[in-house]
Amino acid sequence: MSTSETEYLKGKASEDYKHGFYTDIETEKAPKGLTEDVVRYISHRKDEPEWLLNWRLKAFRHVRDRIDSGETIDWAHLDYEAPKFDEISYFSAPKDKASYDSLDDVPDEILETFERLGIPLEEQKALTGVAVDAVMDSVSVATTFKEKLKEKGVIFKSFGEAARDHPEIVREYMGTVVPYTDNLYAALNSAVFSDGSFVYVPEGVTCPMELSTYFRINEAGTGQFERTLIVAEPGAYVSYLEGCTAPMRKENQLHAAVVELIAHEDAEIKYSTIQNWYPGDPDTGEGGVYNLVTKRGLCKGDNSKISWTQLETGSAVTQKYPSVILAGDDSVGEFYSVAFTKGHQQADTGTKMQHIGKNTKSTIISKGISADVADNSYRGQVKVSKNADNARNFSQCDSMLLGPDCGAHTYPYIESNNPTAQIEHEATTSKVGDDQMFYCHQRGLGEEEALKLIVNGFCQEVLQELPMEFAVEAKELLDIELEGSVG
Amino acid sequence: MALLEIENLHVGVEGEDIHILKGVDLTLDTGDLHAIMGPNGSGKSTLASVIAGREEYEVLDGEIRYDGDDLLELEPEERAEEGIFLAFQYPVELPGVSMTNFLKEAVNAVREARGQDELSSAEFLQQMRERADMMGLDADLTKRSVNEGFSGGEKKRNEIFQLAMLEPRLAILDETDSGLDIDALKNVADGVNKLRDEDRGFLVITHYERILQYIVPDRIHVMMDGKVVRSGDKDLAQQLEEHGYEWIREEAAAAAA
Repeated sequence: MSTSETEYLKGKASEDYKHGFYTDIETEKAPKGLTEDVVRYISHRKDEPEWLLNWRLKAFRHVRDRIDSGETIDWAHLDYEAPKFDEISYFSAPKDKASYDSLDDVPDEILETFERLGIPLEEQKALTGVAVDAVMDSVSVATTFKEKLKEKGVIFKSFGEAARDHPEIVREYMGTVVPYTDNLYAALNSAVFSDGSFVYVPEGVTCPMELSTYFRINEAGTGQFERTLIVAEPGAYVSYLEGCTAPMRKENQLHAAVVELIAHEDAEIKYSTIQNWYPGDPDTGEGGVYNLVTKRGLCKGDNSKISWTQLETGSAVTQKYPSVILAGDDSVGEFYSVAFTKGHQQADTGTKMQHIGKNTKSTIISKGISADVADNSYRGQVKVSKNADNARNFSQCDSMLLGPDCGAHTYPYIESNNPTAQIEHEATTSKVGDDQMFYCHQRGLGEEEALKLIVNGFCQEVLQELPMEFAVEAKELLDIELEGSVG
Repeated sequence: MALLEIENLHVGVEGEDIHILKGVDLTLDTGDLHAIMGPNGSGKSTLASVIAGREEYEVLDGEIRYDGDDLLELEPEERAEEGIFLAFQYPVELPGVSMTNFLKEAVNAVREARGQDELSSAEFLQQMRERADMMGLDADLTKRSVNEGFSGGEKKRNEIFQLAMLEPRLAILDETDSGLDIDALKNVADGVNKLRDEDRGFLVITHYERILQYIVPDRIHVMMDGKVVRSGDKDLAQQLEEHGYEWIREEAAAAAA
C-alpha cells in the first residue's frame, strides 16, 4: 500500500484532532443571515442558470417560513442548542473565484491543505483507482481523473459545474428523492446549497474506479451545505465515497447536506461515508460540527440496489438516516453503520427502509460504540406498503459501551401493511467483557491493543462493506479514536 | 533450574472476604511437566489464574518467582511476553476478530518483548499453517473469528495450537481435558507431547487421571482446600484413580492434628 493510500483520511478526534488546522486564504463570504439577497448572491457567484435560481428561491421562501414559525427538531435523542440560522454565513469562497477551471488556478495554500489531509489532487499522486473531488467550504477545488471517466461516459464533477453543463439531467432528478419540503435542514440546503458532487453513470456502464469526494469546512462562522446527486442508468454500477474534516473551532459549525441517489433498473449504487468532522472539545463539549444531513436513495427500477455504508466518528452532534425507497420490484436496500461517540459527542442515526415494490429486500446492520459521557442512538424505520408482497427485512443493532457514563439507545419502528412481509429485528447491548480483555492480555496484548482488536471485531461486519481502498483507513481511524478511551 | 517457585501463597477474591489459596508451595523446573490434581473447589484453577495475573484475585501473602524474579509485579500482558501461557478452561469468543489477526498481534507482541523482529505476513501465515497441521487443527478454524462457534473440542485444541504458536517457557493447561471425548483427548495430549521441550515447563491441571495416561508427568501434586497436600511421581495418579481423594484428605487431617 502506498503512503498516500495509508495517509488518506487518517484523522484524529479528541484532544489531538489531527485535522484541526486552519488554512489562511483570502476568502469572500456572504454576509451573515438567511435572506433572499444571500440566495441570489450565491446563485450569481456560481453563475447558475435561472431555473436553478428559481428553484432555490422556492426553497428559500419555504425554509424562511419554517424558521420564522419557530420550527425545531426535538424528537431525536439529542441535547443541543438549535443553530442560529441568521448568524451563519451561507457562502464562502476563495477571493475572486467561485470555481476553478483547472488545477493550475487553485491557490497553493488550498492544494497544501488537501496535501496535509493526505488528499493529493495532482493525478499522478492520487490513489490509483480513485477519482477525487475536493470541496473546501463552498467551492469544489478539483476533480481528478476526469478524462479517464469521460471515456466511459461517466460524469463526475462538482454540482455547480453539472448544473451548467448538464442542466437537463440535474433538472430532471434534483429534489425528486429529497424534496425541498422534506425537513427543515433539507429545505435550508435547497435554498443555500453551495457545492457538492454530481455523478452520472450511463446505461450498462460499470464505473471504472471508485469515486470520492472530500469535504472540508475551513472558514469560521460558515456552514457547509453540499448537495450530492448520483444517477445510475439501467445496468450501471458505481461506488462512491465521501470523507469529511474541519478545523478545531470554539463555535459550532453547521453541516447540512442533502444526498440523493437514483438507481434505475438493474443498477447498483454503493455509497460510503467516512465522517470525521471536528467533534468539539472532549472535556468541555465546546465547539464541534453539527452534522444534520438528509440522505436518501431511490431504487427506481426493478432489480436495482442501493447500499449505504457509514463510519461516523466525528461531529459534536450527528443526526442522519440514510434511507432507501424500494420502489422497483426485487430491489435491494442495505444500511451498514458504525457510529462511534466519545467525549461529549451525540449521535442519533439509523435508516429508513421503505418497501413499495414486490419481493424487495433490506438489510440493516448498525453498530454503535459509546465512550466517556457520549450518547449514541440507533433510530430506524422499516415500512412495508400494502402492495409490497414478500418484502423481507433483517435488522441487527448492536451497541457497545466503553465505560459507565455513556449511553446507548435503540429506537426501531416497524410498520407492516402486508401480511406476507418478513421482518426480523435483533438488538444487543454489550460491554467489553473482563474475560475478553484478560484473554487478550494473556496473549501478550496491552489494554489499548486489546480494546482495538475487540472493537474492530465488533465493527467487522460493517467495515468489510467499505471499498478495499478505504477499509484500512477506516480501521486506522477507529484505532485512533480508541486511543485514550481506555479508562 | 527452577522456572517457577511458589511459596506460601495465600489468595483471596478482590474486595471480598473469601480465602481460596491457603499457603501453596510448589516448584517447577525447566523441562519438567507437573500435574496438579484435586477435587472441585480445591483452588487449582485459581492458582492458574493467579500465575497468569487475573485481576479479580488478590494475593494476601506469599510469593511467586518466575525465573528467579518476582512475578506478582508484572501485568498480565507482561507475564505473557515473558513467556507464560495459560490454556483456558473456558476460552472466550471474540466476535469478528479473526484468528489470523489475533494471533499475528499476539505473536508479534511476544516476539517484540523477546527482542525478535516481527514476522512478515508471509512468514506468519506459513508458521500458522505448519503449526495448525502439527496440532491437527482444521486449517479452516484459523480463518474464523476467535473461538466463535467453535465446538468444545475445537476450543481446547485451539488453545494448544496457540501454545504452539506463542512458544512459551511456562505453559499452564487449565483442565484442557475436561469435556473432551477420547479421540479429542488423545489429539490434545499428542499436541502437548510434541511441545514438551527441555526449555519449557508445564503445569497440567486436571480432575482426571485419564489424560495422564497420555501425558506422563514428572511430578503430581494433589491440592485440597487451597493447599498442596501431597506430591508424588506418576504412580500417584493411579492411586487416586483407584481410591479417590478421601484417603489423602484423612492423611492430611491426621498430619494437621
